[in-house]
Amino acid sequence: MSVVTTPVRQDIGGTGAKTLNRIVIYGLLALFALFYLMPLFVMLVTSFKTMDEIQNGNMLALPRAPTLEPWFKAWGETCVGLTCAGIKGYFWNSIKMVVPAVLISTLLGALNGYVLTKWRFRGHTLVFGLMLFACFIPFQSVLLPMATILGSLGRFGVTLQNATGFSFGLGNPTVNLVFVHVVYGLGFTTLFFRNYYEAFPTELIKAAQVDGASFFQIFRRIMLPNSMPIFVVTVIYQFTNIWNDFLFASAYAGTGDSMPMTVALNNVVNTSTGVVEYNVNMAAAMIAALPTLLVYVVAGRYFVRGLMAGAVKG
Amino acid sequence: MSTVAETSMTLTPEHETRPSASVRSRLQDALPKIVLAPSFAATIVFVYGFILWTIYLSFTNSKTFPSYAITGPRAYQRLWRWTFESDPPSSWYTSITNMGIFGFLYIFICLALGLFLAILLDQKIRGEGMLRPIYLYPMALSFIVTGVAWKWFLDPGLGLEQTLHQWGWTSFHFDWIKNKDFVIYTVVIAGVWQASGFIMAMFLAGLRGIDGEIMKAAQIDGATTFQLYRRIVIPLLRPVFLSAFIVLAHLAIKSYDLVVALTSGGPGGSAWLPSNFMYEYTFKRNEMAVGSASAVIMLMTITAIIVPYLYSELREKPR
Repeated sequence: MSVVTTPVRQDIGGTGAKTLNRIVIYGLLALFALFYLMPLFVMLVTSFKTMDEIQNGNMLALPRAPTLEPWFKAWGETCVGLTCAGIKGYFWNSIKMVVPAVLISTLLGALNGYVLTKWRFRGHTLVFGLMLFACFIPFQSVLLPMATILGSLGRFGVTLQNATGFSFGLGNPTVNLVFVHVVYGLGFTTLFFRNYYEAFPTELIKAAQVDGASFFQIFRRIMLPNSMPIFVVTVIYQFTNIWNDFLFASAYAGTGDSMPMTVALNNVVNTSTGVVEYNVNMAAAMIAALPTLLVYVVAGRYFVRGLMAGAVKG
Repeated sequence: MSTVAETSMTLTPEHETRPSASVRSRLQDALPKIVLAPSFAATIVFVYGFILWTIYLSFTNSKTFPSYAITGPRAYQRLWRWTFESDPPSSWYTSITNMGIFGFLYIFICLALGLFLAILLDQKIRGEGMLRPIYLYPMALSFIVTGVAWKWFLDPGLGLEQTLHQWGWTSFHFDWIKNKDFVIYTVVIAGVWQASGFIMAMFLAGLRGIDGEIMKAAQIDGATTFQLYRRIVIPLLRPVFLSAFIVLAHLAIKSYDLVVALTSGGPGGSAWLPSNFMYEYTFKRNEMAVGSASAVIMLMTITAIIVPYLYSELREKPR
């Protein structure tokens, strides 16, 4: 038995072999970094080029005369279907959809997690299991019934509108999407909060109960102040998922002025009339990517934690 | 409603029961269940109820509008008859073959690449904090967004091929995205690009959780680095493999926007996955029953993978 006392996870061998090893490792890591960065890089440089430069230049070259023109055009002038007023309206559609959907689903998830860990009843695992499975279903299996229901609600909304002058949001595509995202996001938000509150000391809750604190008082005074990290994780996870959703958006708001950003972008890019303005397309894509990219840059740690929590249950 | 009966089960005496059974305290007792009830009811109705509704529709003759007269498993018969008896192959045949190719390659390459990158990053790398976010950011972007860039990059007239021609490698030829036999492999490339960084992060977390003493002991016994990973580290990562597999399998079956953004379905629908098939048949070709049948088949596939996993996860730790 040889007595090798090199530290763990360092390669055994001579110094020369070791240096070579390190070079290979760093080289591979850099190569893969390029692979992951490449699409974003191409998107970014192309969005600052003129069409002339795109047609005659190399896609990986930096713009010779950077211009913001494509960005302005994407924001305010480019055509989505037949309307040529840029993507700004659709960007706001997405914001109007995302903010309420994220807030409602997160708050409900927090309450559900609180009940499922601290106010348990017989069958709580079954309830949780049923909600959890809902995270994994292919949404194709609920797409059509939901479309039918939303259609009927829309017709009911028109009736209400005629009768009372107010439709209560029924039939409004943005409201519909908020509803859909809350319903199908509940499984995830409940999962996050349940797993987080699981580790929260139950003794504290019991002590508060002895002191006469009510269900909601305990939630507000004890649970909420201690839930900041999981709130951040859940909000980021929901924000990213809902902002990036394409299936629900195209099924329930696929046409007209109420399209969310993803659907509008897909329309911009796949419009086949006239000259394809790649720089404008790339700028539009960058604008659509900015919110989630920003969140990722600012709070990447929490984003990863959310993904992990969604992946490793129990 | 049946859901109320399911949620209104008795509370365990985990909390203080007060002797006075006034309305107020009774309400306090029921409050947790009242709070949970709307979410649970929504899940029962909008998930499970809707699934039953879809299953029902798949046994009807629904075309453009739903029809509620049961006509038997005709939609399924049509799907499978197309699959095995039609020539040229039907779009359902294309979709499930693509699912097989895409599912296998996507899961396999993501696992292999994720593990490989995690092991490399675990070699006390300077700049790890910078590399990790670079590998992982695609997961934060919508594929509708990055599809724009990938489509361009893979386009023979604009992207990689054109660039290499400009650099002097004029014989280079890469037109998979326009080729109906190869277009599904471009979907694999883009899918791997998006998810492998996340799988890397899962493996890296697993590697960091391994007791350093075990590794040290193995090295003292003279194990080479390769043996160390092959015999000790990788077997210890088994739970991570399982979690990663579950994540990838359900992402693969749900993949929809990937195909739309990258290929718009490919030449003649040659890049379709079952999710695209369902959407096209239900909303564009007015074959609602056939679309529903395909959705049911997708659901059954995921159920077969997920339910045993969830069952063991929730059972192992009875709290």
